[in-house]
Amino acid sequence: MASSTTVDAHDRPRGLGRFLFSTNHKDIGTLYIIVALIGGLVGFLMSIAIRAELTHPGITIFPGLAQLLHGVDPAMALDAGKDLYNVFITVHGVIMIFFFVMPALIGGFANWFIPIMIGAPDMAFPRLNLVSLWLLVGSLVLAVLSLFVEGAPGMHGFSGGWTFYPPLSANLGSPGPAMDFVILALHLLGASSILGSINFIATIFNMRAPGMTLHKMPLFAWAILVTAFLLVITLPVLAGCITMLLTDRNFGTSFYDPAGGGDPLLFQHLFWFFGHPEVYILILPSFGIISHVVSTFSKKPVFGYLGMAYAMVAIGFIGSIVWAHHMFIVGMSLNAQRYFMFATMVVAVPTGIKIFSWIATMWGGSISFRAPMIWAMGFIFVFTMGGVTGVVLANASADRQLHETQYLVAHFHYTMSLGAVFAIFTAVYYWFPKMTGYLYNETLSKVHFALLFIGINLTFFPQHFLGLAGMPRRYIDYPDAFELWNVWSSIGAYISAVSVIIFFYVIIDAFVRRRAAGANPWGVGATTLEWTLSSPPPFHQFQTLPRITGSGHQ
Amino acid sequence: MANGHAKPDHDYHIVEPSPWPLIGAVGALFTAIGAILWMKGLPIAGIKIGSAVFGVGLFGILFTMYGWWADVVNEAEYQGHHTPVVRLHHRYGMILFIVSEVMFFVAWFWAYFNSSIFPADPAQVMRLGLFQGVWPPQGIEVLNPWHLPLLNTVILLTSGATVTWAHHGLLRNDRGVLKKGLLLTIALGLLFTSIQAYEFAHAPFAFKGSIYGSTFFMATGFHGLHVIIGTIFLIVCLLRAQRGQFKPEQHLGFEFAAWYWHFVDVVWLFLFSCIYVWGTWGGTFE
Repeated sequence: MASSTTVDAHDRPRGLGRFLFSTNHKDIGTLYIIVALIGGLVGFLMSIAIRAELTHPGITIFPGLAQLLHGVDPAMALDAGKDLYNVFITVHGVIMIFFFVMPALIGGFANWFIPIMIGAPDMAFPRLNLVSLWLLVGSLVLAVLSLFVEGAPGMHGFSGGWTFYPPLSANLGSPGPAMDFVILALHLLGASSILGSINFIATIFNMRAPGMTLHKMPLFAWAILVTAFLLVITLPVLAGCITMLLTDRNFGTSFYDPAGGGDPLLFQHLFWFFGHPEVYILILPSFGIISHVVSTFSKKPVFGYLGMAYAMVAIGFIGSIVWAHHMFIVGMSLNAQRYFMFATMVVAVPTGIKIFSWIATMWGGSISFRAPMIWAMGFIFVFTMGGVTGVVLANASADRQLHETQYLVAHFHYTMSLGAVFAIFTAVYYWFPKMTGYLYNETLSKVHFALLFIGINLTFFPQHFLGLAGMPRRYIDYPDAFELWNVWSSIGAYISAVSVIIFFYVIIDAFVRRRAAGANPWGVGATTLEWTLSSPPPFHQFQTLPRITGSGHQ
Repeated sequence: MANGHAKPDHDYHIVEPSPWPLIGAVGALFTAIGAILWMKGLPIAGIKIGSAVFGVGLFGILFTMYGWWADVVNEAEYQGHHTPVVRLHHRYGMILFIVSEVMFFVAWFWAYFNSSIFPADPAQVMRLGLFQGVWPPQGIEVLNPWHLPLLNTVILLTSGATVTWAHHGLLRNDRGVLKKGLLLTIALGLLFTSIQAYEFAHAPFAFKGSIYGSTFFMATGFHGLHVIIGTIFLIVCLLRAQRGQFKPEQHLGFEFAAWYWHFVDVVWLFLFSCIYVWGTWGGTFE
């Protein structure tokens, strides 16, 4: 992105090799953002297909889609369409988590801004940084290949949901190679994320500018530090979990097969030991970004800096010991259910600290409602919504009714699809001028916000009603009684689609018009180190390390 | 370096662009695709090329490891890029890598305890029927921990001592002790692997078909793989020592090989006590 600037153009490697072999954190971050854009767009188109199918009762879209994508025989199209629908919900989840939110927030923005924010010239291990990126791309290739090989007998792609529970993912449910492609995609992706996390931890611990103690470090760096620790600790367990699935499928072991004394629930425990921290991995970087944006545009330091930092540590820690709340209905002992229920509710305490501290940061501040601030406020609203329904779902008793319903879908989309995605757009609009040196059209970006905010709330709020009324998730069809709210939900999705088009227009428009942003377009509130550099920053920043005096953080 | 003319005013290592990450990642992709084609016996254009694709990919990964780490060794030994702060980066990196490896083994132990602690769980109807409510399962002959496994424990613990001996030699700049200690450690590592291979080949139960064999071979097999990796790491250290590399005050490669070796050692102690001793208590020995 930073192609047309001047400061040190003679210093940087030229041509394709600049990106293929890059050891520069900003170039690698840009590549990650490109991966995230592709992933996000594909995942979004899938969700539009899902909403189009669910608009009215009956199976309308996917049989045709199966014929189009896989050349299925028309006589088989109905069954193939049903399976393809489940492939879509599976792959939509996998792509949005691993190829959109994570590459955007961690690989993209953290890669770009963690070294700059802590006053370092680059990451601790620049080559490791690059191998993380290329392993992720390799993983994406495997995931895409899985769509075109056999999964369930006679079907294309793995259709058992992003949680890969056996026996759906074992030879019983999915004997074809699609699931093996998915497993190895997860292996590459896990290696990528573990290496990237090691890189972030070493960088944050070891490369802070002179004078920047941990307690003066920007909150985004704290967020990424906690996130990276969660990844290093939980991803290897997922690797072990899916390796056992691989040997069950291909070498006749019985880890998840009761016929040999194994236990399918073992998979669920191992999976959620990773899978639950994963949701905090997705949202903690967002917390960091929102803190900076709220502080910048309120022209006040973050309220309760240390509380904010340690709230994230607490969320990371507690979030790692609550995994079985995803398994309330599998027949766990009541004592285990009680523990996981209360532990889960405890997460609401540090999360509440964050929400109230953001509000307290705005309180009495001189707020300027620039685009990133509007997005950040949108984030606080939707994430609080998702958090509140999370407390509802944490009740093992309520979960008896709500498990695997659209209520759950609404809940995690309010935290992820609205929360994490709003944070990504916040970060885009906050840092775009810094990354490219150009200003974007702020009015249009606010239109983008308004449409997405309306669209996405219209999509997901009615799903609470549908779930409470008993509509299950992961079904291609539903009884007529659920039609009303499904229609509204789909209209919301189409409104969101319009907003995505506006987003791309805003970005292209900014590159075409080339309005210079200057070093700091946000004024006195923007106090972190990236605003002391030119826009875009030099290819290698901080040849002389900055010295941090005073309180340092914001 | 592109900015070689403007010497930065800090001790960090601004790394030059490198082809290895891309080559390694492409290698990993080929390995994965090859593994699937091979395992599933899938032909491409009528020919079963899975093992060949797997081999090409694996070669790419090994080639990357050689080239990448040769670059690192050169930067450390001859180009002076490993300033104290950069060495600290590497220490953090290695510690975190070992942490992730520990968590990898947590998965195997989790799987093992999930069935070994609850052989009589009434909810696990099939397991209860198969195992008759005991662990080791009824009808499975197990390995006697006080024979070869105990010998292997002694061997690995001794190798932990010899690698420390080599380290002391290196710190005192006694190159003879360094090389002798490394050689001994490598020999003990190879001995361990050979005994383990013999025991695997003669085990009275199989990887397939029963959770007992599955958890046993998965945990001890991955440990064995790590012993082999650690042995290769030590062999590289020996070769480097023979080339006159490593200084008493700077020898990260050796340190990390030793850390890794101790990690492998500790994992074995858990395997020995939990799977070999506790897990065979009251069982029928072969």
